[in-house]
Amino acid sequence: MAETGTNATSKGDSITRAPTAFEKHGNTAFRLASYLFAWMTVLLVLYIAYTIARQAVPAMSKYGWGFVTGTKWDPNTKEFGVLPEIWGTLYSSLLALVLGTLFGVAVAVYLSEHYLGFLVFSVLKLFGVQFHPFWGKLPDRLEVLLKNLIELLAAIPSVVYGLWGIYFIIPLIRPLCQWFQVKLGWIPIFSTTLSGPGMLPAGIVLSVMIMPTIAAISLNSLLAVPPKLRQAAYGLGATRWETILGVILPTASKGIFGAVILAFGRALGETMALAMLIGNSNVISWSLFSPGNTLAALLANNFAEAGPGEIGVLMFAALILLGITLLVNVVGAFILDKASSGREGAKR
Amino acid sequence: MSLAPQCSLNSVSNGDKDGVVIDCDVRELYYGKFKAVRDTRIAIERGKITAFIGPSGCGKSTVLRCLNRMNDLVRGFRFEGQVCFQGTDIYHNSIDPVAVRRYIGMVFQQPNPFAMSIFRNVAFGLKLNGYKGDKAERVENALRRAALWDEVKDKLHDSGLSLSGGQQQRLCIARAIATQPQVLLMDEPCSALDPIATRRIEDLMLELKQNFTIVIVTHNLQQAQRVADKTGFLYVDTTQGGRTGYLVEYGETRQIFEDPVEKYTQDYISGRFS
Amino acid sequence: MNETVFSAPVSPVGEPVRIDISQLEKSLRRPRSAFSFVLSVLVGLMTITALVPLFSVIFMLLVRGGKKLSMSALTELPPSAFELGGGFGNAIAGTVIMVGIAALISVPVGIIAAVFLAEVAPESRLAKVVRMCAKLMTDFPSILAGVFAYGAVVLITGGFSAAAGGIALSILMLPTVMLTAEEAIRMVPSKIREAALGMGATQVQTVWMVLLPTAFPGILTGIMLAVARAAGETAPLLFTALFSNYWLASDGKIDLMQPTASLAVLIYNFSAMPFENQVELAWAAALVLVLMVLTVNLTGQALSRNRTE
Repeated sequence: MAETGTNATSKGDSITRAPTAFEKHGNTAFRLASYLFAWMTVLLVLYIAYTIARQAVPAMSKYGWGFVTGTKWDPNTKEFGVLPEIWGTLYSSLLALVLGTLFGVAVAVYLSEHYLGFLVFSVLKLFGVQFHPFWGKLPDRLEVLLKNLIELLAAIPSVVYGLWGIYFIIPLIRPLCQWFQVKLGWIPIFSTTLSGPGMLPAGIVLSVMIMPTIAAISLNSLLAVPPKLRQAAYGLGATRWETILGVILPTASKGIFGAVILAFGRALGETMALAMLIGNSNVISWSLFSPGNTLAALLANNFAEAGPGEIGVLMFAALILLGITLLVNVVGAFILDKASSGREGAKR
Repeated sequence: MSLAPQCSLNSVSNGDKDGVVIDCDVRELYYGKFKAVRDTRIAIERGKITAFIGPSGCGKSTVLRCLNRMNDLVRGFRFEGQVCFQGTDIYHNSIDPVAVRRYIGMVFQQPNPFAMSIFRNVAFGLKLNGYKGDKAERVENALRRAALWDEVKDKLHDSGLSLSGGQQQRLCIARAIATQPQVLLMDEPCSALDPIATRRIEDLMLELKQNFTIVIVTHNLQQAQRVADKTGFLYVDTTQGGRTGYLVEYGETRQIFEDPVEKYTQDYISGRFS
Repeated sequence: MNETVFSAPVSPVGEPVRIDISQLEKSLRRPRSAFSFVLSVLVGLMTITALVPLFSVIFMLLVRGGKKLSMSALTELPPSAFELGGGFGNAIAGTVIMVGIAALISVPVGIIAAVFLAEVAPESRLAKVVRMCAKLMTDFPSILAGVFAYGAVVLITGGFSAAAGGIALSILMLPTVMLTAEEAIRMVPSKIREAALGMGATQVQTVWMVLLPTAFPGILTGIMLAVARAAGETAPLLFTALFSNYWLASDGKIDLMQPTASLAVLIYNFSAMPFENQVELAWAAALVLVLMVLTVNLTGQALSRNRTE
């Protein structure tokens, strides 16, 4: 372009010029850097998996499947098994999932049906200020506030929830648990006493932590249900809840299911609240009041003081945790994918 | 340097080679498998306004975007032919499309100022081209020529997005002319504007003709008639199943509008199109 | 009973249909309406219950943490077993430093990788793999970041350190920063991108001079959310930075290769101690941590809200 460049200057005060070598090389360098950083992300994930796996290999070859089925953890006798931890991880997560889904979906329905808005509107109507420039905006504002408050629950660090669980939840539910144990002790889930930390307080706190996720995603999928479906149901004479249960929740079920899977993955990997509340004892029990342990809590409690021999075993446990979370996420994604393609097929 | 690939096209337009800034010969142009334009040969003359008219989908914007290689940004774009800018084939392998765009500026259909101050919008090109001189003077000059100076001189540091649509478009014109490119391409610059703002831009184009070669795409025949010296009419060929645009007729605006040679042109000009 | 006659023009018999108007009255005695009413009330009660933890946490933080909060708590070193008083000044400093290290690593890497995803090769196979990896990393249990940093940093450098803690936290921040930045860059209208390219800007010039400045508020929101999350993380720090009862300095210089205190780990350690003083300090530290996290989080959210309005 050199020739055109000279032509350009002859034209008068044109300052156009071709990109300098610096600009060209800068551009190439930047593109290369961006490729490099993108590759780094991929390599990082592989490196994480490799680091954990490499450290775990000696323990894997030494303990093999016995590690997964063993129930003892004793560094002195070098007996290691994580079955109680696997049990505790799944039990506490499922418990939290049941509670979290119930409350999360309830909150999502409450918000998506605009109950709060109508409630505030009727209160305002009593005072005759429902179209007042300030008060009239209150219904919408309070709904936004409620949504933000629920989201705020997700922002509180898990260690703070652990602290809250120790000093609020455990004292609160203990008398209740005692009563259940005495009256209904013959049912397996009430068979032991709650001496302090245990599965139930851990599950409750965990459910508080995952509830915002379920509520937020469910709310989005409920709001995405086309209004015409609701109108069709109302037009046929369905009550509000017949509409919700018969039309709206089934239509939004795919999104809600996705939320539940996501929350399950989170619950499996959650560490601190459980390490503080579950009691950290190698027990397999159906009882809600029995202490237990989870894989993540096992790592949190033993890693810092572990001797060289124990590190490998803990890495093996970490690998199992990684495997379980991956499995849940992959299976969840697969089911979601299938559900969505099935629905698209039905549309055609 | 003689590295620049020489143009192999025989100059059209009465053999007056110096009068032709861009000699464009689009033989075939594809987006993926879709053949968008064929057989379009247009010579853009210095200091004149050239308009491309035609029904929507006839490829007039596509041809315009060939002139400064904006089509390179579209995936699957494939081009056969030559575009000669001052005797250099800009589609030659050795040519950097980025450089082409510095010499051939462009104003788009939608006003697209950057989310920065009015001053920095206009100074953007100066910065790109490494201009070391008095930026304020250049910016003022460009804004004056874009007929925007009086409206914005007191708020040069407000965001460019705070202006009205017509003002934004004039800001984009100022941004494009601040570096004094050789050619200014305008892709339906008034389609998003109201009639008054449109009128101002048209006056501005006639004003800018003194210093610039302008190529404009418009769907508004009156606009082409008002501003253009030369007009090219493109039409869609649907005979091969696709929708391929091609040049039907190119000539002086007067001739195209008053005495078209082709029947298609005549039908289009007189609004006799199905 | 007031009976009304509704005339039905297309009644097959040609006679008007008689409807008992009382059927149209509202009544909760009808099972369908009662069912609907009960569920509505139930959902309302559950929503209120769902908010109890939030208010309870805030209430307890203010009451139990606020009681102990003082200048000395914010500036002094942690007390030993039977000691009274003390504070968590070094833990605040440690948290800030480690989150700072994490941000220094994850923000540049995240943004440049995001530019790759959004601009350089958005449709490439590599971009798809990178996005998948980033999503995978967001689903990682946070403790695995600690396990990784232990294996990759602590074992190699030979000790617990602020650097190891920062690296562990950066792994948690990276996917959030990257994916929100990609989203923010994609949100920049393509006409803006065209304007820059049309003026003859190179790709890097377009990115630095136009795209990143335009996407800045969105990118900042992502960074803030990531920082807020990292500041509250405990699990990745437990066996990377460990804990320390001293300031992170030797001979007046900051030493990043020492075990380092953090608010989160302090809360964890002190919460289980049998001493009233330590437990109260844990609550005060929790109050400080929550205030820090919420400030950053809410600022980030406010930024994104301003942008959309």
